[in-house]
Amino acid sequence: MTYLADVAALARKDLLLELRSRDTVPAMLLFVVSTLVVFNFALPADAGTDAAYGLLWIALVFTALLGLTRAFLAEREQRILDALVLTPCDRSAIWLGKGVAVLAFLVLAEAVALPAFDLFFAPVTAEVVAAVLLADVGLAAVGTLLAAMAAASRARELLLPLLFLPLVIPIVVGGVGASIAADPARYLGFLVLYDLVFAILSWASFEYVVTE
Amino acid sequence: MSTSLLNNRAFVLASAAASLLLAGLGLALLWIPEVEGDPAFPIFYLHVPVALTAYACFGWGAWKALRLLWLDENRYDLESYTAIHMGVIFGILTLVTGSIWAKFTWGQWWVWSSRQLVLFLVLFLFYAAYFMLRYSTDPGPRRARMSAVYALFGVVLIPVSFLAIRLAEDVIHPGPIVTSREGPQMTGDLFFVFCVSFAGMLALAAALYTNELTGKRLDSSLRELRESLE
Repeated sequence: MTYLADVAALARKDLLLELRSRDTVPAMLLFVVSTLVVFNFALPADAGTDAAYGLLWIALVFTALLGLTRAFLAEREQRILDALVLTPCDRSAIWLGKGVAVLAFLVLAEAVALPAFDLFFAPVTAEVVAAVLLADVGLAAVGTLLAAMAAASRARELLLPLLFLPLVIPIVVGGVGASIAADPARYLGFLVLYDLVFAILSWASFEYVVTE
Repeated sequence: MSTSLLNNRAFVLASAAASLLLAGLGLALLWIPEVEGDPAFPIFYLHVPVALTAYACFGWGAWKALRLLWLDENRYDLESYTAIHMGVIFGILTLVTGSIWAKFTWGQWWVWSSRQLVLFLVLFLFYAAYFMLRYSTDPGPRRARMSAVYALFGVVLIPVSFLAIRLAEDVIHPGPIVTSREGPQMTGDLFFVFCVSFAGMLALAAALYTNELTGKRLDSSLRELRESLE
């Protein structure tokens, strides 16, 4: 089980780094809450709760984006990625470790965002929570791979949203559908499908993105 | 030597494309009877072949990307890039022709209820980012592999997005329900004309691809020569 041990070590490194520096998660928390407040002023008075659920998903996607732009910051500034690639572990373990850390940050941000949404706008049902958790897996899987790509380019922070947003449109569809449709099961199933397909694809292709 | 051979092939493909497309257009306008209540229907013979050709280009680009990752041969990078370049051009054409058709059929330049149009908009955004990725990364084997991975994501995204757009119709844009999107059922005659147009469009894409690839290869070998002289 050395593979899982590698993944755990890499994820632990990111979580420890965040625990000591507190660079990313507080920013994500503040961002998602301020986005929700801005949405309050963007919605017309008679917009209803369906529109609010739609905006919740936009807030979540952009919060994930905020976390992802910083995901490979330490690696890039300290030139750690080259060293990680040289270590005798499977390269996909780097992706999985980073993905787990990103997922943890996202869940932390949502632990504040969802109660706030419930308080401000509309009730957070069990379906919404399930959809958010499923969507997190997809966002972290695809996002970690694309963040590694963007970190290697000159445009960096500018490039990531351009790569990320078209790919996560299906997640938004699944999430909004699960939040407001009468039969959320179809949409939750779609999110599971998305997670499986893109997690496998990202896992298999990460090696090609980080090697020189 | 190899360049003249490629030019020859491009010439043959271009002539085939021109004759097939003209034949398809002529048949669509003159031979097929006008469709009741849909004066813009002949654009079907342009719009659908263009859309299918765009898919073919994206698929071809992804196939070359897979070859690049599998065999690690550098020439596939340019081939994949050129195919996706052509795919984006045909994708833009799909959006334009679809928009014209929408204007004639539903009186609006853009309808969110048309699955094909929405899908092509998503794909256009996705592949436009492909160019951003290429232009903002230093050339080399890593850029080649990153582009290849992104191209592979594209062909997976096509069916997933299609499914997502179908699902979204139920909750997000019920709007004007579009029934019988493809107009009347395709009879043998219609299908024949459609196939002629489609073959012409594929030949056109192949001709453009060959031509563009020749140009890009010349360009890169010229750059290599210049660098070795410096």
